[in-house]
Amino acid sequence: MAQRQGPGSPLGSLVAIGVVVGVGAAAFAYTAGWLSPQRLTPERMVAALGAPMPADLGHRRNHAKGLCFTGWFQANGNGVALSRAALFVAGSYPVVGRFNLGTPNPDAKDASARVRGLSIQIKPPGGQEWRSGMINAPFFPVSTPQDFYQLLTASGSKDPGAMPGFVAAHPGFVKFGAWAQTGPWTGSYAEERYNGLNAFRFVDASGAVHPVRWSMLPAAAPVSVDPATLDAGGPDLLEQDITKRVQAGPVRWTLQVTLADASDQTADPSEPWPDGRRTVDVGTLLVDQVQAEADGPCRDVNYDPTVLPDGIAVGDDPFPAARSAAYAVSFDRRTAEAADYPRTAPAPAPAPAPAQSGAETPAQGNKP
Amino acid sequence: MSATRASRFTPLQRGLHWVMALCILAMLFIGVGMVSTITQSHLTLVSIHKPLGLAILALVLVRIAVRLRSGAPGLPADLPAPMKLAARLSHYAFYALMLAMPLLGWGMLSAAGYPVTVLGFTLPPILPQSDSLHSLLWTAHRTLAFAFFALILLHLAAALFHALVRRDGVFEAMGPAVR
Ligand code: HEM
Ligand code: HEM
Ligand code: HEM
Repeated sequence: MAQRQGPGSPLGSLVAIGVVVGVGAAAFAYTAGWLSPQRLTPERMVAALGAPMPADLGHRRNHAKGLCFTGWFQANGNGVALSRAALFVAGSYPVVGRFNLGTPNPDAKDASARVRGLSIQIKPPGGQEWRSGMINAPFFPVSTPQDFYQLLTASGSKDPGAMPGFVAAHPGFVKFGAWAQTGPWTGSYAEERYNGLNAFRFVDASGAVHPVRWSMLPAAAPVSVDPATLDAGGPDLLEQDITKRVQAGPVRWTLQVTLADASDQTADPSEPWPDGRRTVDVGTLLVDQVQAEADGPCRDVNYDPTVLPDGIAVGDDPFPAARSAAYAVSFDRRTAEAADYPRTAPAPAPAPAPAQSGAETPAQGNKP
Repeated sequence: MSATRASRFTPLQRGLHWVMALCILAMLFIGVGMVSTITQSHLTLVSIHKPLGLAILALVLVRIAVRLRSGAPGLPADLPAPMKLAARLSHYAFYALMLAMPLLGWGMLSAAGYPVTVLGFTLPPILPQSDSLHSLLWTAHRTLAFAFFALILLHLAAALFHALVRRDGVFEAMGPAVR
């Protein structure tokens, strides 16, 4: 064999090869976070949700109790000046959504959850879609995803000093505590205002960027109820209430977009913008059917807030990215655990699932 | 240079090999990096992962066509048969992985019901939405990614072994320049 004379013994070469391979493997392990136990990975974030209780297999790792709905988003066309997204062009577009409770426990009593959520997936024709998860709290408890992790760790800790320690280190949390303690309760999902809280960027047809937040404003007048009365209504009173209402006729919200002033920060969902900011009502959410989650169309949807159409973009708010990463872990796990959360009806034929294939979006305006 | 082999891979083959090697290594690091962070770079990395992965799918189709047309230089006659077999099998495995990984990624997003948006374009789903399919493809994408990286390390070690220890011209057949 044509061995070339040259410097370097085979032993030296073998060592060099070993070093190259070792460095490559170490760089990979480092990038994957395997060498950084303190890195806040999506897995660690999800593990902190609901800890120390074991996860409920097959269910969402947060906002675990919920009810699917379907309906329509009726755009009035006012959003077109702010965003070039197709769903703002006047018309009616199908929605798959989910009423939910801010708890990792899928069997929680409805009256036990302070935070109530509304998730929507709007599919205008063209294949692009918008997903958003909103909650009834007027602001988020903390400023950053890292602080949220610390809040989860503290509230799941056995150490009686953990929560007071967290509050002392995060004075802004007091505001959320006050809302949780003294804010009004309603007896219906239909009477809640749901807030997107995170700031995003609307991009209009000219390419101009408008920093925004959005909310769903209920058509039903909120009636304040005493939490003790709610508790007497049974574990599923909110689900029973909304089912009854929707059976009686469509339940509505107005999608309202709030525009930031140039002076407003857009990175901290715990700080609402001052009152008096310009708002634009861009359309109406109309809910006309509800379905149990186990075999409902929202079951296998990940309401990842970064699934955005062209015309809506993520800005400097760190939450959408953190939520996207964490929701994916939750979704990956619960889809793998589907056997632990059986469907109550026989699984639909493998033909395209009606709610999921953008291709069969009904023609605009044919409903309701 | 006293290479024992007369021919080398064609310049096009060598170009494809090295460009794709860089892209694939980048994809593996981007992949494990993006699923291990909750910072804004999660979204940035995902937005690179999808188009780069699909570019690899396009490139490997070209590469397979070129390989079928141009062939490959033979391995040195004195290379032990088991090594030759290992080389051949590992190369087949590479072609299979280069094809499978992007298709698994695309299929996994389809089965999850996510819109497959790449550089502003929305690609059609290649599979129906299904939780069991999603979880199968997700596991395959992840497991095969790690297998891919392990195979690359082995391939790298073998290439360097040819270059530094055996000095038999195998490395030069794919290497960037003739000395
Ligand atoms: C870093 C902070 C956050 C983390 C780690 C987190 C975590 C999670 C997780 C793991 C899920 C279950 C996802 C799934 O399996 O599909 C979820 C659902 C949800 N989250 Fe968050 N979340 C965060 C911030 C927020 C914020 C700021 C809001 C409200 C503005 C929000 C509202 C919701 C809603 C409404 C759902 C229910 C989605 C559905 O119906 O599937 N979350 N969250
Ligand atoms: C040569 C091509 C590809 C390679 C080498 C590759 C590699 C990887 C790796 C290493 C991971 C991280 C796995 C983990 O640690 O859990 C990953 C995850 C992922 N890949 Fe790829 N990938 C490729 C192509 C694609 C394509 C074309 C797409 C989509 C169009 C895609 C979508 C994804 C997604 C969505 C994830 C995150 C999955 C999750 O955890 O939810 N990949 N990929
Ligand atoms: C990162 C991903 C890589 C992939 C997917 C890859 C893939 C391949 C494939 C499929 C072949 C066989 C070509 C054929 O016969 O059609 C090949 C050959 C070769 N590769 Fe790589 N390669 C990678 C990285 C590397 C690296 C880092 C090196 C060296 C440091 C290297 C050195 C070589 C050499 C010397 C050959 C020629 C072997 C022969 O003559 O049969 N490759 N590679």
